[in-house]
Amino acid sequence: MLTLEQKQLIQEKAKAIRVNIVKAVTAAKSGHPGGSLSIADVMSLLYFQEMNVNPNEPKDPNRDRFVLSKGHAAPALYATLAEKGFFPIEELLNLRKIDHILQGHPDMKYIPGVDMSTGSLGQGISAACGMALAGKIDGSSYRVYSVLGDGELEEGQVWEAAMFAAHYKLSNLTAFVDFNGLQIDGDITKVMSPLPIDEKFKAFGWHVIVVDGHDLDALHAAVTEAKATTDKPTMVIMNTVKGKGVQAMEGQAGWHGKAPSQEECDKFVAELLEV
Amino acid sequence: MGKATREAYGAALVKVGATHKDVVVLDADLSKSTKTDEFKKVYPERFFNVGIAEQNLISVGAGLAAAGKVPFVSSFAMFATGRAFEQVRNAVCYPKLNVKICATHAGITVGEDGATHQSLEDISCMRTLPNMTVVVPADAAETEAVIAWAAEYHGPVYVRLGRAGVEDVTPEGYTFVPGKSQQLRDGKDATIIACGALVGPAVEAAATLEAEGISVRVINMASIKPIDAEAIVKAAKETGLLITAEEHNVIGGLGSAVAEVVVKECPVPMEFVGVKDTFGESGTPKELMTKYGLTAADIVAATKRGIARK
Repeated sequence: MLTLEQKQLIQEKAKAIRVNIVKAVTAAKSGHPGGSLSIADVMSLLYFQEMNVNPNEPKDPNRDRFVLSKGHAAPALYATLAEKGFFPIEELLNLRKIDHILQGHPDMKYIPGVDMSTGSLGQGISAACGMALAGKIDGSSYRVYSVLGDGELEEGQVWEAAMFAAHYKLSNLTAFVDFNGLQIDGDITKVMSPLPIDEKFKAFGWHVIVVDGHDLDALHAAVTEAKATTDKPTMVIMNTVKGKGVQAMEGQAGWHGKAPSQEECDKFVAELLEV
Repeated sequence: MGKATREAYGAALVKVGATHKDVVVLDADLSKSTKTDEFKKVYPERFFNVGIAEQNLISVGAGLAAAGKVPFVSSFAMFATGRAFEQVRNAVCYPKLNVKICATHAGITVGEDGATHQSLEDISCMRTLPNMTVVVPADAAETEAVIAWAAEYHGPVYVRLGRAGVEDVTPEGYTFVPGKSQQLRDGKDATIIACGALVGPAVEAAATLEAEGISVRVINMASIKPIDAEAIVKAAKETGLLITAEEHNVIGGLGSAVAEVVVKECPVPMEFVGVKDTFGESGTPKELMTKYGLTAADIVAATKRGIARK
């Protein structure tokens, strides 16, 4: 169980991450706010509770790794890394701008704290498998975390990776599916249904946990359970709301890849800060 | 006929495995054909089969490299560079990760398996990627030298290997240096620049031409990227005619890479020996090399065509 203090910190950081997602995407005039807001809670929990990372030593070989397989949620990762101190918060306003480090999709070469360049869907989870395998080969204690989109599960490579992770018993790998139910062209069950997600990963040999992706206690319990699972990788399927925290964006596929106007941004930020 | 470059690859992997503890080898269910099973026999704890899943093969390699390993990943050239092209681009080359893609069964000498398995565009695809080094060893000795170098070098490398036996052309004591070619014989009337399985036929063609009074320089251009521009310019200036020879489509491969240097630095006539923008078919390697114009006789004919244009 999270202590009240721990929970308050994670909530506070999640709120700051959401505010900075909205501000960064607004400043960039493009980007993916909906699927960034839906993972703000798990990002906050991982970086402010679960993961062993040090912003002063971003390449520490013993650190825990994070791979954002749904790379288009880069604003969520960047806001989290900035909040953690990997680079200044002000840099977030240079998202997607030329001659600045924050690329449209995560870039490990330029951005401190980014462990893998991602953006092309389905590839991040495979890279996370490679990192987890390296940890197993070396007998290292670090853990690897990865967040996938629900629409991303339509990529065949995800299932190649799913087979691989179970085959090599990558118990140091914990992945999350951001099950917000929406992809660019609409409802995932209408576009190309990947359901049932839980049964599929179970059949592929994973330990599967289904949680409310905005319930910090449930997420923490899932990560704890994953750490205690020693013979297989864990998939945490997070039931989430796309655009979570900004009412106008919640459950709207239209906010998958659209930036708010400055006026909307001010309103959304005020709404987030009110809570 | 000497050994196939894939045979040398298996043995070379075992050698670097002994000296480089971070070397790991991945294969996609073709370890007996790619010869990575040689490594598996000696270092089973550092060998990982990913099954028939080439996209995952490349991306897992990227993850291993990101975590400090030196992965050598193998499959057939068709699948490692074709099916998984975007993984090579986005997960390996873009972040400049230390992944060695050593693909066997490149070119038409795959033979009987036919066109679906005959990769004739991989040099073109791989050399267009920033951060990628592209190497086509000519024989067993050069393959061993290239693998030894690749284990030391930090960054993405594509090594193109063949299924069938090739002529041994590499002199003793050879060390591979990227961007450096190897002159196998000198001549004044033309220069044949070849790579891979066509280096042997290039040497043979030069001997035939010499008997007819035509003096030809032969260069083994194993390092396609970076390419040895200095040797190309020198050959153009001194011999005034270049003939490229490769087991690859004439579009985008060695010939194109050489032409890119020639047109910029020292325009001279060029002739291109390669597969002429067509798919292959089933047959023995020898039959296919003959039918698709990849023999010493084809290089001789191309050289004579070029001399007539000089």
